[in-house]
Order: sequence, then structure tokens, then C-alpha cells
Amino acid sequence: MRRTRQAFDEQLEQLEGRLIEMGTFVEAMLEKAVGALAEHDVKLAREVIAADDTADAMDLAIEQHCMRLLALQQPMSRDLRTIGTVMKVIADVERIGDYSVDIAKTAIKLADEKYFRPLQDIPRMTEMVRHMLREALEALVAHDLERVARVIDCDDAVDKLWYKVLEDVERVMQERPEVVPQAVALVLVARYLERIADHTVNIAERVAYMETGRLETLAASHRAEYEPEESMGAPPAEED
Amino acid sequence: MSESKADRLIEQPEGEIKIETRGLNLFYDAFRALIDINVAIPARQITALIGPSGCGKSSFLRCLNRMNDLIDSARVQGDVLLDGGSIYEDDTDVAQLRKRVGMVFQTPNPFPMSIYDNVAYGPRLHGFGGRDSLAEVVEKSLRGAALWDEVKDNLRKSALDLSGGQQQRLSIARVLAVGPDVLLMDEPCSALDPTATFRIEELMLELMERYTIVIVTHNMYQASRVSQHTGFFLLGELIEYGLTTEIFENPKDQRTDDYVRGRFG
Repeated sequence: MRRTRQAFDEQLEQLEGRLIEMGTFVEAMLEKAVGALAEHDVKLAREVIAADDTADAMDLAIEQHCMRLLALQQPMSRDLRTIGTVMKVIADVERIGDYSVDIAKTAIKLADEKYFRPLQDIPRMTEMVRHMLREALEALVAHDLERVARVIDCDDAVDKLWYKVLEDVERVMQERPEVVPQAVALVLVARYLERIADHTVNIAERVAYMETGRLETLAASHRAEYEPEESMGAPPAEED
Repeated sequence: MSESKADRLIEQPEGEIKIETRGLNLFYDAFRALIDINVAIPARQITALIGPSGCGKSSFLRCLNRMNDLIDSARVQGDVLLDGGSIYEDDTDVAQLRKRVGMVFQTPNPFPMSIYDNVAYGPRLHGFGGRDSLAEVVEKSLRGAALWDEVKDNLRKSALDLSGGQQQRLSIARVLAVGPDVLLMDEPCSALDPTATFRIEELMLELMERYTIVIVTHNMYQASRVSQHTGFFLLGELIEYGLTTEIFENPKDQRTDDYVRGRFG
């Protein structure tokens, strides 16, 4: 019994390790994608696009690992919550990889254009969401609810920055119609980053579930999206 | 009882309560096998009792129909209420009690007689006097135990010729024949293969509509599959009792967590 349990513990540790590996890989994709955008680096952007296959393969391999543990170990309690959490979290991480690809494609599209003004907010948002991703995954491994709280706080800051970018770009579009195509492309990048932040919040919420057994939406900004009275007649909250 | 213990023990189930224990203690001579058990078992649901060997779960089950009376060294303190009335009164008719609260054991125990006589045994013993004919009671009970279709053409065959799984369903039919409200099951599937186990589990879910079922099982997955409430026993104490989903997904007590995750030993 002891030995079986030990082997299962090792499998769970391995599972967490693979998730961290995938998270680190996807975070690097994001860093490169925004780097390619800032530096007009088409080669780097293409690397990001090619890397997506690897991220997808990692996603499938980890899911398979989870399914195997569910089938063979019939986990209970925290073990069950851990495996359920990992299965959900890989979907969020995989999605962050997809957004990185979207940013890389934008980098290729804008490679020959001079920006109408130096990129400032996008690199700042990128730093914030990369930090959030790292914090969320470290929270999972370290069973750290304080890190969970920090991710959620940080999401508010990202949202503020996103609204600021939106306002700025609206103004620029009105004043300088000739930059509209580029401004639209860049505002979409900011939107991708804002969505990536939301995925890191999802991850943080799952970590909270894993630790407490309570399944709940923690970020106030996210809750609002799900309250029916708040969204009367409005299109459903964006879900990826 | 301390405050913290009360907190973790009783999550009072909603709805009608069939059985309630109050400060139940069981001694075998000087050994205290059950310690202050307070629990409310809901009617027409399945309650599973889990815990390592020797934790008191079977002893507890036997308190619910006074089977421990048969053990000379056993002494019960506290009370067990069935539909609100004590079963440990001086004038309790124990034979009647065991009709209302029937028990199915670990190993199927058919009498060496025909299938029909096995099921008719209880009604005959208790002075059969219902509206239905004896043959009707036998058929109803065998149907109730999901055995009728397999044996209806061979009712005179010896019960010993049935397979293990059929014998266990016959044991259940025998209990049903005397018209109980409560079925106590003490590891009813531990001697059965997975297919026979599956049939008994399905049968339990059918029986739940009419009977209150309390099952002792070593198989946590069985507890999680069939029960709505689960109690975890350890060293004579009821450590945690609550919704089965809570016990297996998010138990409150570390000892329960260790047990359901296989971290004991």
C-alpha cells in the first residue's frame, strides 16, 4: 500500500512538473511574440508560430497523463482536485499559447511599418501578464493562496491599462485616420493580453479550488461578467 | 462532547430521519469499541460507513438492530432511535425490531433448502398473516431483490446451487420477505466478483426508493458510487459524517483525507 501510494505521489509530482514545463514554454512564446512585435522581427515571430505545435502536444500529453491517473488510481479528495485542476489549467495555458501566436501574426503583418508612436503600454501589459502566469503556476506548486490573491489583484491593473489603451487608440484614430489599420491591429494585441490575464485568473481560481475545495469565481471583474442582471440584453461574456 | 467535535460530526441531513443515535457507546467487557456516536441517518437513502478494519463500523451497524445482544460481553450505553422511538427499552420486542431492521451479511448464507423455502422461512417463522399469499410474498421479495427472472422456473431447486451473487440477492430477498423498513448491509459484496457486485449496487439504488439502507464497506469506491451520506470511523469514533460528495472530494478532517487518499498505514 505504502509503495503504491508513493508511486502515485511521484506521478502527481511529475504531473505538476509537466504543467510547469508547459507554462514556462508558453510564457517564452508570449515573450518572443511581443519581442517580435517590438523589434519588427519576422524570424522570431515565425518561431512562435512554429512553437504552437509543441504547446498543443504538451497539452494533449498532460491530459492523457491525467486521464491515466484517473483511470488507474481512482483518486479521492485533494488528489482528485489536483488532477481536475491540472486538466482545467492546461486548457488555459494552451489558450495563452494561441494568443501568443495571434500576436506573432500581428508582428509579421506590421513588420514593415513604423509604429505611429513607440510601443509602451503593450510591453508593460506583457510584463504584467507574464508575471501573473508565473505567479499562478507557482501558487499551484507551492500551495500558496497569497500568490492566488496577488494574481487576482494584478488583473485589475491589467484591466485598467487595457481601458487606457482603448481610449488612447480611439483618440488617435479620430485625429489621424491614416493610422487606423495599424491602430486596430495593436489594440487587438492589447485585447489578447487582457484575455491572457483573464486566463491566468482562471488558473489562480483553480489553484484556490485545489487548496480549499471551494469552486468559485474570485475576481470581481470576472464575477460581473457572469451575473445575469448585469448583462441584460448584452452579448454573452467572451469565452474562449 | 467538545465544540469542535460537534462541528465536524453532525451535518444534519435534510429531510426525514429514520435512525438517530445519541451518545452511543459500545463496550466488549472493558474495551470501548464505540465512543459517543451521534448520528442521524436519513430515510430512504443509502448511508455508507467506511474505515479501516477494527474501527467499529460493523459494531455500530449491529447496534442498529441489537445484534450485539447476542454477544455476552457486549454492553451498550446511550440510545438508538428508530422513527423517534428507542430500540433499547426494556420492553422492546427484539424479534419485531429485527423484522423492521433486517441485515445482510458479508457472506451469503442460504439455508440448505429450496429457493422458495429460503424466502418463505421468515414469513413462516413470524407467523405469516399478510393479505398476500405466501407464494405472492416470495415472488414479490424475489422480484424486489432482482432475482425472480433468473429463478422463477426453478423455485424448488436448492439455494446452494445458486451462484455467489445470486445467493447474496437471495439473502436480500429473505430480508425483504419479512417487510423491513431498514436494510443493514455488512460488506455485502466483499465475496462477489465485479459483475455480481455491480448487480447488488444497482439493486441497492432501486431498493433505496422504499428502504433506508446502511452499508458497511471496505470498498471506498463502492461507498462513493452508491451512497448519499458517508461516515468515516476510526478507532471507535465517528470522525466525520456528511454528504458523500464532500467526504470524497473535500473532507474536513485530516484523518478522513488521509484515509480516502490511501495514506494510512
